[in-house]
Amino acid sequence: MKNEVYIKIDNLTKTFGPVVANNNVCLEVKKGEIHALLGENGSGKSTLMNMLSGIYTPDSGSIYIKGKQVTFKTPKDSMAMGIGMIHQHFKLVEVLSAKDNIIAGQKESFFIGNKQLSQKIKNISEKYGLAVDINKKVYNMSVGEKQTVEILKVIYRGAEILILDEPTAVLTPQETEGLFNILKKMKQSGCSVIIITHKLNEVMEISDRITVLRKGETVGTVNKEDTSAAELTNLMVGKAVDLSINRVENNNNKTILDIKNLTVVDEENVKALDAISFSLSTGEILGVAGVAGSGQKELCEAIAGLYPIASGSIEYKGENIVGKNPRDIIKMGISMSFIPEDRLGMGLVASMGMVDNLILKEYQNQKGVFIEKKTARNLAEKLINKLEISTPGINHPVRQLSGGNIQKVLLGREIESNPDLLITAYPVRGLDINASYTIYDLLNEQKEKGVGILYIGEDLDVLIELCDKIMVVCNGRITGIAEASKITKEQLGLMMAGEHMEKVMGVGM
Amino acid sequence: MSLVSMITFILAGAVTAGTPLLFATLGEIITEKVGQLNLGVEGMMLIGAVIGFGAALSTGNPVIGMIAGMIAGAGGALIFAFLTITLRANQIVSGLSLTIFGTGFSSFLGQKMIGQALSDSIRNSFKPMKIPLLGDIPVIGSAFFHQNILVYAGYVAAVLMGLYMYKTRIGLNMRTVGENPGAADTAGINVTMYKYLHILLGGALSGIAGAYMSMVTVPSWQEGVTGGRGWIAVALVIFVTWNPYKAMLGSYFFGGLSILGLYLQSHVPIPQSIFDMLPYLVTIIVLIMISIKKSKENQPPKALGEPYFREER
Repeated sequence: MKNEVYIKIDNLTKTFGPVVANNNVCLEVKKGEIHALLGENGSGKSTLMNMLSGIYTPDSGSIYIKGKQVTFKTPKDSMAMGIGMIHQHFKLVEVLSAKDNIIAGQKESFFIGNKQLSQKIKNISEKYGLAVDINKKVYNMSVGEKQTVEILKVIYRGAEILILDEPTAVLTPQETEGLFNILKKMKQSGCSVIIITHKLNEVMEISDRITVLRKGETVGTVNKEDTSAAELTNLMVGKAVDLSINRVENNNNKTILDIKNLTVVDEENVKALDAISFSLSTGEILGVAGVAGSGQKELCEAIAGLYPIASGSIEYKGENIVGKNPRDIIKMGISMSFIPEDRLGMGLVASMGMVDNLILKEYQNQKGVFIEKKTARNLAEKLINKLEISTPGINHPVRQLSGGNIQKVLLGREIESNPDLLITAYPVRGLDINASYTIYDLLNEQKEKGVGILYIGEDLDVLIELCDKIMVVCNGRITGIAEASKITKEQLGLMMAGEHMEKVMGVGM
Repeated sequence: MSLVSMITFILAGAVTAGTPLLFATLGEIITEKVGQLNLGVEGMMLIGAVIGFGAALSTGNPVIGMIAGMIAGAGGALIFAFLTITLRANQIVSGLSLTIFGTGFSSFLGQKMIGQALSDSIRNSFKPMKIPLLGDIPVIGSAFFHQNILVYAGYVAAVLMGLYMYKTRIGLNMRTVGENPGAADTAGINVTMYKYLHILLGGALSGIAGAYMSMVTVPSWQEGVTGGRGWIAVALVIFVTWNPYKAMLGSYFFGGLSILGLYLQSHVPIPQSIFDMLPYLVTIIVLIMISIKKSKENQPPKALGEPYFREER
């Protein structure tokens, strides 16, 4: 029973125009196992899973479910075979309640008001420990709650095979633990789980077997017991990678940024930042940890002069910059790069090429009516070589580059402006190991040059290794600023949920 | 004229004048609820008006006229649906083209009918009918329940659509399509089919609205018979925040504004054009209010105006 093969994928190939996303990929998932799918950006993990859930149609190859060959024309066909996918960007309707989201598209009663439906949902949520208020509107939910609704939704629709695409990217450590408990319960009741993730420690914690993809091809499947994080990286990248991040020591410290009692108010009249105070020195990396939407974006924009400030002061090199316009702030040597969730929303113009994007920030400083492109062209060539950006050409629209390359262009441009203060938010968002380490090296290089860096991050392990200090924000307030070498991930997690540092440190020690 | 009879007169006039607005607004609501912004309402109304009038004129049968108008409106909507769903063309441009096309189509077909009037028997079939009991209520009775058959059909259509949207499973699926087609697709809802059917339904309702104008309001053919009511309907959809129940109130309110203009004209020296302007002015105010309030519930469908393509990367 335990070794029964649930899904067998045989030589699947999918191309998008000239790009081969999947080339003869094979995968086997057994009943009652948690199977991790590993691979760098663009290795074809999501494409493969989208074919399994009926969103993409494969060009060739076959899929067998419980030994029977199947062809999925629509997501509906895939659902009918018991496959439920939880996408990275949740497929939920914000204005509807959890219940309405769960029952949409099902063929049951004609009217939707009846009690039996609610009871059926309650039964499932009790069975798997999925606690959620089914009458709550989705727009009022936290990310963790939304994910619970997604899981509930696919189980309600009869899924026995759960596919999760980077489910932990937006969760706190505590929420992640909760999710893993749910997955373990599902496994015990005979369901199979396929989980896509970049985080090796999670893979080692939760999965039974691991399949690695590289450049659209299967590298191999290994048992968790027989492997290690180092070997998995090796398989993913194709060469050995040093997984440790060096913390560069820098003793030439003097305060460059001093923020006192900064308060900003958002459109709904809620305090997005509530009287926060901290300071940053030259040659220091200050990490900012917090659940998405705790005020990180407002902080970045307030310093860059993009967000109105209600009260408080921002002193940069001893001068209060509150009220200055963004261009003056850039001229003073402050540079900000913010990678939003959709990666393109801010910073670059998607339909322009690298050259035009590089000019965007400096054309005002040029003289005359016409734009001089030569410098930017040279700079583009330089960045391509230095950061290993892969692009068909320097004038190729950046939209068509992969996420990692887009981010390198953005960060490269900010660094090339020789800032004294670099604000960077989520620079490795969704990047694979190789690209991430290039970025960490870049940041360390800047640090050595004496640049003060405010690093807004997601991955707590990285924050601890890379930063000198870590500031934790929760609901617009600082719950603590800790020496990175003296704090653990669990303590950070508690602080992200609102506990104050004194209390957390007291418990932890 | 006593005050009571004046109020009754204005209310009854508001309902009569608001009925074509109601049909067109309901049609646009259901179109926008599946995520398609069809600015061709005025065009579909004109197509419905000319076909409906022509059919009624040549057959002498009002029912055939109405049905013909309805089908013609749906036909106009089919052009829009094909362009925007199957070919994924820009919705704004497609809708505007449909309006321009409908205007030309109706003046072309209507050329020979200008000045012709419908027979008395057809006009009589749209005479006000009193509903027993309800029609005896003072003021309200004669304003709302002493009306022609299409007014009653309007009440029924609005209530049915409300029940459909908020209480039934297919209504829920339909709202999901307009809010998040990706979510609908993964839930096994046929996005393309839902969009097509609701656009066609919306077109049919616009067709009825047009036929009402040419067959009931002005029972003889004149060019541009809809007089920009299609545009008011588009504005009304926002005014009533995509809610079919509120659509009744909104339509009769806007209908009332035009009647009030006619009535006051003879008493106060305010030009009619001021009153013609009012609906649009009110709409602008509502738009401002909506964007200030930022209520999550009263926002347009999330995916309004965006084409859906499953394999998009």
